[in-house]
Amino acid sequence: MNPPFMIEARDLTKDFGERRVVDRVTLEVRAGEILVVLGPNGAGKTTTVRMLAGILRPSAGSARIAGLDVSLYPERVREKVGVLTEHHGLYSRMRAGEYLDFFAALYGLRPAERRQRAHELMRVLALEVDGDRWLAEYSKGMRQRISLVRALLHRPPVLMLDEPTSALDPESAHLVRGLLRELRAQGCAILACTHNLGEAEELADRIAILRRGQIVTQGKAQDLRAELAGLPLFEVRLGKSARRAGPLLRSEVDWVEVGERSIRYRSASPQVQNPRILQRLMDAGLPVVELREITPSLESVYLRAVADNASLADVPEVDS
Amino acid sequence: MNLAAAMPRVQWSRVFTLVGRELRDQFRDWRVVIPVVILTGIFPLLMNFAAQTAMDFVSRYGAPIIAEQLFPFLLMIVGFFPTTVSLVIALESFVGEKERFSLEPLLSTPLSDAELFLGKALASTATPLASAALGILVYLTGLYLAVGWLPSAGLMLQIVVLTLAHAVGMVSAAVVISAQTNSVRAANLLASFIIIPAALLVQAESLLMFWRRYDALWWVILGIALLAFLFVRIGLRQFQREELLEREVEELRLDRLRRNVWHALTAGARNPIEWYRQGVFPAARRSLSAGPWVAAALIMGVVVGLVMAARLPFHLNLGAIDPGGEALMAGLRDQGLLSASGAMYIFLHNLRTVVLASLLGVFSLGVLSLIVLMAPLGIISYAAALVGLVGGNPWLFVGGFVVPHALIEIPALWLAGCSMLRWGSCLLARPDGRTIGGLWLESMGDWVRVTVGLVLPLLLAAAWVESYLTPYAAMWALAAGAW
Repeated sequence: MNPPFMIEARDLTKDFGERRVVDRVTLEVRAGEILVVLGPNGAGKTTTVRMLAGILRPSAGSARIAGLDVSLYPERVREKVGVLTEHHGLYSRMRAGEYLDFFAALYGLRPAERRQRAHELMRVLALEVDGDRWLAEYSKGMRQRISLVRALLHRPPVLMLDEPTSALDPESAHLVRGLLRELRAQGCAILACTHNLGEAEELADRIAILRRGQIVTQGKAQDLRAELAGLPLFEVRLGKSARRAGPLLRSEVDWVEVGERSIRYRSASPQVQNPRILQRLMDAGLPVVELREITPSLESVYLRAVADNASLADVPEVDS
Repeated sequence: MNLAAAMPRVQWSRVFTLVGRELRDQFRDWRVVIPVVILTGIFPLLMNFAAQTAMDFVSRYGAPIIAEQLFPFLLMIVGFFPTTVSLVIALESFVGEKERFSLEPLLSTPLSDAELFLGKALASTATPLASAALGILVYLTGLYLAVGWLPSAGLMLQIVVLTLAHAVGMVSAAVVISAQTNSVRAANLLASFIIIPAALLVQAESLLMFWRRYDALWWVILGIALLAFLFVRIGLRQFQREELLEREVEELRLDRLRRNVWHALTAGARNPIEWYRQGVFPAARRSLSAGPWVAAALIMGVVVGLVMAARLPFHLNLGAIDPGGEALMAGLRDQGLLSASGAMYIFLHNLRTVVLASLLGVFSLGVLSLIVLMAPLGIISYAAALVGLVGGNPWLFVGGFVVPHALIEIPALWLAGCSMLRWGSCLLARPDGRTIGGLWLESMGDWVRVTVGLVLPLLLAAAWVESYLTPYAAMWALAAGAW
């Protein structure tokens, strides 16, 4: 049986005056799933998160978090959600321990539980020795980690993270990604907004791409590649000049690009076409050194998804 | 007003958690601690010294009464000064958090808007009030030890309530300002709209204290308390996540402003008929929600006139007037009546009243506009009562001198009052997803449409009647024995 949906948005829309910031966004995240939302600055990611977290009221459409309607029960929704905001906005005149204790109290945790939970999370994120330091003295990365601790204090079943590793050094980022995987394994539904495409690929079960307030596409990374990068691309490297290979392959496939000692082509049915192409090349006395599929990078997929039609021509089809 | 409905559900444990954090933050901020220490420990001693010196000085000239008036005044000042800190704390607490981006984590917690407002408002008020109380204690102790003076229980109660009202009023006004800005700098600039009236108010209170008009001081306290209550209500309405997070740009966009103002005035109509159908009549219907309040105010004006006639009567020498005589008509013509210029004069006078009442209403949540509209009815009922007091028939007086044009003028003033009150008090309304600016503009647009589309034509007609018909009706009333 599939885990239940913890985040469900249907045609979620937000207008600020005359300006539509989020336009009919529909998305779902199940328990134990990570959805990464990608999109350029100003695409509406933060506003979407704010609506889903019960901070802003949707202008139209609906959203449910852990079964609770965000418009009807915003306070109860906020109890269920841990939010890592874009700006960490810590209180500089507080110590880390006091800060976490304050937020844990707002979430209704008892004093002993507050201390224990804060200690546990600070240990996981390598902050335990800094509990008595003033937050003003924290580095940017430490601030980000303490903000993440704050978001996790009340054991939320739903996490919404805006740029979870943006300010972190590689080691801390690795630590945070590990924690997110662990939370996913524990059944937490996670929606993360990021510009880090490598991280998106590494973490995401599914990816949604947002552009000008609308979801352009969403799905698993490989599905997005298939959808946006076109037919699978193959490259054959030859032991000789590839000039004679072009005419041979053009009768087999539609698109062929001939290089010095290599040739690239797209194939709709590689299982059938690839053996035939290899046979033809060998019959023509062209020694095949290697045949491989070229996987388009998520970056090129993303750039194609968010590009205007006018600038689509500038987006590389694949990484060379 | 149903207070329970107006006040959203509040979990006080969360409110006090927030208060605790805010207080801890205040006492770690030297910008708060230093003024509090000075105003609590040093300033009252200084006032003490000033009071004793003044006492010594005036005693030499045999006028100890001046010093006796000085003691309560300085007591009020010692209580007032620390409350001014509440303004700074509130602005820092509300706008400062926005500016430092620390508000959003707070907004993502289960805290409701009302809990957030209450927590911050209580914390902003608590320290200055405690400081004021300590300052008063230091001042009174010093004065008692030096000259043996202690205030009466009544005066002490007045000072305590006044200080409380000042602090709550300033904090709640600061919240209203904070909801409109994103930076402490902008908030500090807007704070002059609080500081200047507060300074004028303290001067007025000082005068009352020097005149020993402690009874009048209660009315001032009541006024401030009412204002503070209204500001708290506005604060609760405006301090909403939507408002706080939407207002990310403070740039003045003149083209958009011009477009919005134009739409508020014209309602997108392309011709006068469309304007009346789309703009004027719907605006008038919306304005009618204030109808009962305006009607009550107008009736109150009549009552005040009657009461004043009973309290401050003077003898009208009506015997000199020759009822029905040509001399009276000539006198009326001399006054400009029975002519187009007279009608225009009356119209312009009424127009001035409407505009003045509206402008005053904008700055007083609509209250002063009602007071201005009450005045003409108060004057009429006062005059009618005086006619009655000298043995005349007040009904005939009103029927002849007032009713002909009042049949048009009073509905016009009532309608004007409705749109004025709605415009002035729009900040108290539930924003329902609209920005405060948008709400204000919409109410202003409604006022313009109602005033231009309905009130002014009615006033013009009333002025014509008053100039051409009322004099004849007045003559008839006089002939019928109004006096």
